Amino acid sequence: MIPISWYLIFAAALFCIGLFGVLARRNAIAILMGIELMLNAVNVNLIAFWRYATPEKINGQVFAVIVFAVAAAEVAVGLAIFISVYRRRGTVSTDEIDLLKW
Amino acid sequence: MFDPITEIGNWFEGVLANLGLSPGSVTIILAVLGVLIVVSFVLIIDIVLVWLERKVVARFQDRLGPNRVGPFGLIQPIADIVKLLIKEDTTPFGADRIIYNLAPILALATVLLIWSVIPFAPTLVGSEINVGILFIVAVGAIGTLAILMAGWASNNKYALLGAFRTVAQVISYEVPMLIALLVPVLLARTMSVQGIVKEQEIWYVFLAPVSALILFLTGIAEIGRTPFDLLEAESEIVAGFHIEYSGMKFGLFYAGELLHALTIGALFSTLFLGGWRGPFVEQVPILGVVYLFFKAFLVYFVIMWIRYSLPRIRIDHMLNLNWKFLTPLALVVLIATAVMDKILINASTRGYAIGMLIVNIVIILLTLVILHTYADTKRERVGELRPTANPDAAISSRDKTPDVSTLV
Amino acid sequence: MTFIQLFFIFIAAATLGAALLVVTTRNLIHAALWLIVSLFGVAVFYVILNAGFLAMVQVVIYIGAIAILMIFAIMLTRKVSKVPKPAFNSNWIWALLIAVVMFGSMTWILNMWPQFEAIPTAIAPSIDPLRLLGVALVSPEAYVLPFELASLLLLAALVGAIVVAWESR
Repeated sequence: MIPISWYLIFAAALFCIGLFGVLARRNAIAILMGIELMLNAVNVNLIAFWRYATPEKINGQVFAVIVFAVAAAEVAVGLAIFISVYRRRGTVSTDEIDLLKW
Repeated sequence: MFDPITEIGNWFEGVLANLGLSPGSVTIILAVLGVLIVVSFVLIIDIVLVWLERKVVARFQDRLGPNRVGPFGLIQPIADIVKLLIKEDTTPFGADRIIYNLAPILALATVLLIWSVIPFAPTLVGSEINVGILFIVAVGAIGTLAILMAGWASNNKYALLGAFRTVAQVISYEVPMLIALLVPVLLARTMSVQGIVKEQEIWYVFLAPVSALILFLTGIAEIGRTPFDLLEAESEIVAGFHIEYSGMKFGLFYAGELLHALTIGALFSTLFLGGWRGPFVEQVPILGVVYLFFKAFLVYFVIMWIRYSLPRIRIDHMLNLNWKFLTPLALVVLIATAVMDKILINASTRGYAIGMLIVNIVIILLTLVILHTYADTKRERVGELRPTANPDAAISSRDKTPDVSTLV
Repeated sequence: MTFIQLFFIFIAAATLGAALLVVTTRNLIHAALWLIVSLFGVAVFYVILNAGFLAMVQVVIYIGAIAILMIFAIMLTRKVSKVPKPAFNSNWIWALLIAVVMFGSMTWILNMWPQFEAIPTAIAPSIDPLRLLGVALVSPEAYVLPFELASLLLLAALVGAIVVAWESR
């Protein structure tokens, strides 16, 4: 049997890898991939807690379904913005899109 | 009950348990054996499909087809396989090696995965999961990925263009297919494919003919057959996303495409034509396999018939057809079926069937009226006289001097 | 070590390895493909956790739609340059530090939770999570309002994405 600690440590590790991706990458779409990893880690956490704490109530799974919908919406809008930025600036590297920089 | 396959399975399980293995390993060995048997069976039928395709297309085109290699050309697929195997295994310059080699494997694997949830007989199904319909959609989604990988890794702009068009077509047509797949789920109250077949006292093609038609059309679009075959239009983009593939890798794509057509046939007959249902199938379950494949080959023949009779649709017509016709129609049918299901909840089976059939016929008539009106409007707009150039007016005005008195 | 524990360790290692490759690869298409591998690993975890429906939804939505969308966006925003650009920006050491500290502190805090080593109880066979989920998403006492709001959010995102990415000539 798998204790819940294994799932929680796995989810924490996935979250931190995604966090590193968001903070350290140059390309904007790679940052979006890091955000996707973080959202997936959160979902694994939710489902693990649902299974181990209250498997007869369905609240954990509903929360995870709403997270799916929000992630899909955010990726669509984010990529549309990146394509628009690419048309204006010719690049999606975050250190070349610095017009507002001090 | 004469059920040879379950008897053999139980006997083999007994043999393995007597050899002293734990029950976990016995399950795993039986599962692996089951996978090998189903995959071999389906791939052998795939070889027969190669021969069948070429014979049928020949007969449609008023010629004979392969008849030199073996009686009636039956050994022809073996000759094709040998030819593909002895071809040179090239990789284009600058191609992404791992992705290039992985794409045809993934394309064939996703087609084989669908066969794991199709029930062959009342007691014979690969894996009875309670979300079988969603599994089929998920596997189709992975198939699009394989096409995109193939187009990208070939380092060829025509392959990439072909891959873009293919993915646009496949993911567009997944939407009405998913909605049309929900109607049998609604009628059978379960998402498991074996459950849907077990609930079909009356075949669902009589209860939901519009959904059956939508599933049929979107299935043909998903597999990329004519009239939706601009994915490999030789005259337009030189064979599409599999230009750079030759030899056995192309063989995997080709075999995968034929098998996908038979899989859509099997899926259609499972969901709408009753699957393994037929006379005497409760007493002799092995007959279920015969009935299923008979129905699957019937639908496959209709798909081939359509392929060899119709020309190709243009890409903007195809996308218009999907988003402006099939998706609203599928949504309307789903809503109507759900509403009628609530109204007829206490009716007998016969009354339920007649009610659903009447609703579908009403929807068909309404659609035809709307299409007729739309076509009439278009025809009027095309038929009205447009202002044309009048040569007499041009000649007569050339001799006049310009009238400048009004300009001062 | 039972079979299921070995299986868990194998899948977790594969998923975390693929995630590491996502955030370190310079070639973006390879990063997208490794992202697909790690998303598939998460789907396998959902199956182990008896949430089969969510596993299928994960494959359909994340791999079948979001990953393909990302690959399209990568192909549309590529700049073919002679000089290969580095993968990380100038803050990557701080990012590594923050990630490691965060992981350490999360594990330490969770360790202080008394039920950290809980074992799963068997689900009663009468409970069907799929049916419960369907009823919960449309019943007025449960979650029909968040469900409708999520669909409104998706509609807004759809219209917004089309408007933002529209090529105005």
